[in-house]
Amino acid sequence: MSDAGSSEDRLYTLIAELTYLCPLRCVYCSNPTNLSAHPDRLETEDWLRVFRQAAELGALQLNLSGGEPLLRKDLEALVEGAHALDFYTNLITSGTPLTRERLARLRDLGLSSVQVSIQDASAAESDRIAGRASFAQKLEVARWVKELGLPLTVNMVLHRQNLGRVAELIALAENLGADRIELANTQYLAWALENRAALLPSRAQLDEAREIARAARERLKGKTELLFVLPDYYSDRPKACMSGWGKRYLLVTPDGLALPCHLAHTISGLTFESVQTRSLSEIWQHSSAFDAFRGEAWMPEPCASCERRALDFGGCRCQAFHLTGNAAATDPACSLSPNHDSIVAAREAAQTEGLVQLGLRYREFK
Amino acid sequence: MTSSAASLDLSLRPKLAPKTKLRLDPKTGKYILLYPEKGLLLNPTGAAILKLCTGEHTLAAIIEALALEFESKPEVLGGEVCAFVQGLLDRGLIQAEP
Repeated sequence: MSDAGSSEDRLYTLIAELTYLCPLRCVYCSNPTNLSAHPDRLETEDWLRVFRQAAELGALQLNLSGGEPLLRKDLEALVEGAHALDFYTNLITSGTPLTRERLARLRDLGLSSVQVSIQDASAAESDRIAGRASFAQKLEVARWVKELGLPLTVNMVLHRQNLGRVAELIALAENLGADRIELANTQYLAWALENRAALLPSRAQLDEAREIARAARERLKGKTELLFVLPDYYSDRPKACMSGWGKRYLLVTPDGLALPCHLAHTISGLTFESVQTRSLSEIWQHSSAFDAFRGEAWMPEPCASCERRALDFGGCRCQAFHLTGNAAATDPACSLSPNHDSIVAAREAAQTEGLVQLGLRYREFK
Repeated sequence: MTSSAASLDLSLRPKLAPKTKLRLDPKTGKYILLYPEKGLLLNPTGAAILKLCTGEHTLAAIIEALALEFESKPEVLGGEVCAFVQGLLDRGLIQAEP
């Protein structure tokens, strides 16, 4: 037995970003910053066709995400269609807007699990990061998820303004009965890159939080899965982004672009195709953009001869592009990258004590 | 692992956790146990064990059934089955009721 996909490349997970619209304005949103360039263009039948084609390619997991997927009036039809294809369907949501009745309906139609994001341990702080009063509703939704017998993942994005409260964050998720707690440090791309100086933690903060998470993971073993994702700015080696470009994940944007990851369409020079004009299988197997960073032929040194190249695949292509201007460069998060100095400089600036008093740029739809 | 498989009580009735979904993967012809964000691809023994983890059967009964199915003996299979079940208990993918 092995974790799925460790031995082979094939599509496992379809991420359906149903809309980029969202009532929240989180300062680290992973959607692109030019949101209005990607309006909702897919109808219900388009999404259902995409689901069918993904299932034919072998996808078993479906993440209904966004933006806020609850803003889609046809979410019920999409969940029902996904269930007919036997997907494990995760709803990835801010929890707003939602009623208990709608959640019960989604469960009855075959929803497998719900992931609710919570921004901090108190209403004031959570609402400040989300840019909207939403904390109370999130707790309510998390309780409904459990009452309705659905598995609950609580997702908390970590940064220097909440890392000091990681114990409280874990306690909150535990009290809500979370089956899975995701403590994911911010990935510094898109909106988070704009706000990096205000969000990047110090090493001391991170070490302390990691130790608390480690102890909690041990304590919760067998009961609640606890995941602590280190920020790659502090890991010295890049993360295996998406388990490799075009290997196991395929993402479709609200306007119908098929991508290997959440931000691939922000890389200039690559042409991504629409699910309106080609089948998913043609795009997956034959599009030049999906092929661009598959395998090892594209790799520069030091990746090309690195013994870790089959483990991290050279890191994140979007991070390489946004920090160096070259998507084919070694991810600067790697200490072996010739561009690693930009990461070191950002890290050094983050070692000061206390909060950096900087204005946050909130996500906006423009 | 903190607890050893040898200490597993054979009268426990293991049951797949509600967050899991056991299904056939058409691409490989193998069973796969899906849960949030992940999946565990199963070999034939693993799949046979999990199909019996319904909460109705004791671990002892599961071992006996598997010994029949795989033409082996409970003494031979017992250790492997317990280690597998313990691993999934530790990961919260199986729950065990007395």
